[in-house]
Order: sequence, then C-alpha cells, then structure tokens
Amino acid sequence: MAMTARQRARVSLYVQAGIFVVAIAALILATDWETIGNSVFNFAKIGPMFPGIFMTGLTNTLIYTFLGFIVGLSGGLLLALMKLSSFPLYRWIATGYIEFFRGIPALLVFIAFGYGVPLAFGVSWNITVIVMISLGMVASAYIAETLRAGLQAVPKGQLEAARSLGMPQWRAMITIVIPQAFKIVLPPLTNEVILLTKDSSLIYVLGLTASQYELTKFGRDGISSLGAGLTPLLVAGAFYLVITIPLSFLARKFESRTARNNR
Amino acid sequence: MNDVVHSSAGSTGTIHAAGVAIKDLRKSYGSNEVLKGISLNVAPGEVVCLIGPSGSGKSTLLRCVNLLEQPNEGSIHVGGFEATDPDVDIDKMRRKVGMVFQQFNLFPHLDAKRNCSIAQTKVLKRSQAEADAVSMHNLERVGLGHLADRFPDQLSGGQQQRVAIARALSMDPELMLFDEPTSALDPETVGDVLSVMRNLAKEGMTMLVVTHEMGFAREVADRVVFMDGGVVVEEGVAEQVISSPTQPRTKEFLRRVLDPTHIGLEE
Repeated sequence: MAMTARQRARVSLYVQAGIFVVAIAALILATDWETIGNSVFNFAKIGPMFPGIFMTGLTNTLIYTFLGFIVGLSGGLLLALMKLSSFPLYRWIATGYIEFFRGIPALLVFIAFGYGVPLAFGVSWNITVIVMISLGMVASAYIAETLRAGLQAVPKGQLEAARSLGMPQWRAMITIVIPQAFKIVLPPLTNEVILLTKDSSLIYVLGLTASQYELTKFGRDGISSLGAGLTPLLVAGAFYLVITIPLSFLARKFESRTARNNR
Repeated sequence: MNDVVHSSAGSTGTIHAAGVAIKDLRKSYGSNEVLKGISLNVAPGEVVCLIGPSGSGKSTLLRCVNLLEQPNEGSIHVGGFEATDPDVDIDKMRRKVGMVFQQFNLFPHLDAKRNCSIAQTKVLKRSQAEADAVSMHNLERVGLGHLADRFPDQLSGGQQQRVAIARALSMDPELMLFDEPTSALDPETVGDVLSVMRNLAKEGMTMLVVTHEMGFAREVADRVVFMDGGVVVEEGVAEQVISSPTQPRTKEFLRRVLDPTHIGLEE
C-alpha cells in the first residue's frame, strides 16, 4: 500500500499525462470536422494565393520588417544613449518616448502616421515611408530598453580603460562599449525582430495597393475572394512561422555562443 | 621573461619621462572625505609606491591623476598639463599617462595585438601597419610576442595584465599609473608582471604604483609613500620606510602586511 516518494512522483506524472490525453481526445471528438475542413483546412481552394503570397507577400513582410528594424535600431540606440546620459533633459525625453510608444497599441501608431500626420501637415507619404516611420518608432521604444540593458552590462572598467588611453567619450562608446553591448543583446534583439515581423501585419490598415500587400493582407483578401473560409489566414500564418522559427533558432544559437565566450 | 626589456626599448626609442606634482588634493564622495589634502611630488623617471590599508585613499589618489576621479580641491600637474585646470584637454593629457588596472580591463572582443593597436590608430592616428609594429614591439617587451593573436579569455591573469601593460606602453606614455596590478592574480603569475614592471623602472619610466607587494616596493621603488585615512602618514626612501618606519601607524600596517600570522598572537 505504502509507496515510496519516487513511486508517488512517477504515478503523478502518469496521471498528468493521462489527463492531457483525455483532454485532447475530448477536443477532437467535440470538433465539427466537416465544417472545420471547409472553413479552416480547405486547402483545395487556396491555389490562387500562389505565387503572390510568396513573391509579393513574404517579400514585402520581410522588407517592411527590415526597414522598421533599421529605423528601430538607430532610434533605439539613440534613445538608449539618451537614457544613460548625465543630462536630465535627455533622460526625460527618452523615458517619455519609451513609455508612450510601449504603452499604446502599434495599430494606433500606424493609423496616426498613415492618416493623421499626412492630414495634419498636408503631406502625402509613400507607403514605404509610413511603414518605416511607424514600425520604426514602435520598434525603437522596445529596442531602446534592450540596448540600455546591454550597455549597462558592459563593465565600467571597459570605458575607463578606453578613456585612459586618451579616447574621447564618443570614441570609447563606438569602438569599445557599443560593440560589446551588441554582442550581449544579440539574442534579445533577435526576439525584437520576431515581434517586429508580427507587428508588420498591422500595415493592412493603411490601404495598400496590390504590389504593397504583405502576408496578412493576402490572408484577409483570400478570405473574401476564395470561398475557403479562414484557410488563407492559416496559410499566411504558416509563412510567418517560416520567418520567425529560424529567427528563434538563431537567437538560441547566439545565446549559447554568448554563454561560451564573450568575444 | 629574462630577455624582456633592455634600456633602449621604448617604442619610439627612448622614454620621455614626465613628473607629477600634487598639491593639497582633496576628494569627497558626498560627506565622506577620501583624500584630506594630499601633496606629493614625483620626479621624472622616479618610481613611487603608494602603500597603506584598504580605504586609505591610495587608489583614489591614483585615479585622480588621470582624472578618472574628479578632485574637489587642490592641483595636479602632469608633464606639461595641469590636470585640475577646468580647460585642460583631458584626452590629450591621458595619452601621456598610461594606466594599468587591478582587473586588467582588456577589451574582450579584440585580440592582444588589437588591444594594443586600437587606441594608436583611433587616437594617435597611426597607420594600422605602424600601430601593429609598435604593438608587437611592446608585446615582445612584456614577453608575449608569441601570443599576439590570442583573445583575453585565452590568456592567464598574469598574461592579461602584461598585455594591459603593453597596451598602455603602446601609446608612448611619459608616466605609468599602476592600480594594484597584481592583486587579482594567481600567486604564480605575479612574478612575471612584477618583472615587467621592474624592467620598465630600469628604463627610466616615471611610475606611480599602488601595491601590497612590499618586496617589490623595497627593491624597485625610489620612494615609498604610506597613506592612511586620506592623508600621507609617512614617506621616504623605500628601504627606510619599510625596514625602519618612524610612525606608529606605518609600523602597525607593515607588521600586519609582512607578518600576517601575528593576528591572534598579539595578547
């Protein structure tokens, strides 16, 4: 009757696995497979999505993400340096910016820069510019915090050694501190790219022309035109995974490399 | 290690040694006054060791000389520079002053040669070829020419510290500051670092050394300065201060350092 602690632990694991299996089975049994098959897994009708979703959608998503990342990285670095500045005004500006743009939905930023700013200033921007600015501004808020942590993780002695060799502050930062900080933040930075890839899906609110469609827009259009239910979104989702899963692997690789040495 | 330095080995031929003049120097952190009016002169080519218990302000004093710490009062003259002048070109002054840290502070993303050359190319605007030649010369000077392409994490503590010395020497300094250069080292690598420093002293470099190595101080230093509680308690010829100190606080400190086992046997 009496079980040892090890036996009890093993039984407990079996019970947990059993509950999991039962739950999955119940879910499968409760599913209306015919409807699901027509409206979510209806792969027979998605032919027209190709090769557009690949040639245009995937490419545009990658381009938008890349542009947003470049702007976000530059803006983020500037904000991180401002946040670490000894001049209070810079710190306040950076803190205000970061809190604001991290605190509001990215969608609102897209609408603001897609419709609000052009109206307010009477300018008409190219869609690429709008995407670059709005995605970049959101990204810089997140990247700034990541970079700030990285800059602070570089030992103070590094800056002291560089300054002692006669390097001015800016030179010491560029040559010695920032390269080391980037190595430290490479894994979290890769995760920022993943988040950015997904945020780029919000561009659909901007009213794109066909050549500007990215993955999500392809998915949404497919829903209304193909009569395959939600299947086109599933396809679009698969393409996001094609981008994000390799990035995840990359982040993990960077992480283990950083753990091994700090070069 | 025995072929490290000979008298003519400066990277541009000879060492132009600078002197240091410190007058009434005061430094506080908030209400905590760490330096309470220090005056100290170091002649060109002189080797001065700063000794004293931890918290006595000797490291702070050293860091004030190249303005890693900003003094509150008093004056420091280094070579032709007045470090305490608000208009001083700090970067220009620091090129004349080599600094060696307790924790080495080598740049981990650069190999040994690049650690030595980076400031030469970026600050002194030397060509990469010239900077590399100077770096190799100085790495050989500290006995590490054969490890020039190693990264800091592939070197022992003693080797890292010797690269740090070569890095500082590559800027052709006129004064070298050493902040407890052997305190973070494994005992068996201390000797190599001290021997590099000894050779540098022989070459005529002005050196200001914070150290707990009494043997080194006695042998290499021209003068020893004993600090305690932010003031200079006693200073004089190395042999004299270490072997026959006159001040009670110096005697007590040296007794503890030279014979640590006395603790508990005092009563």
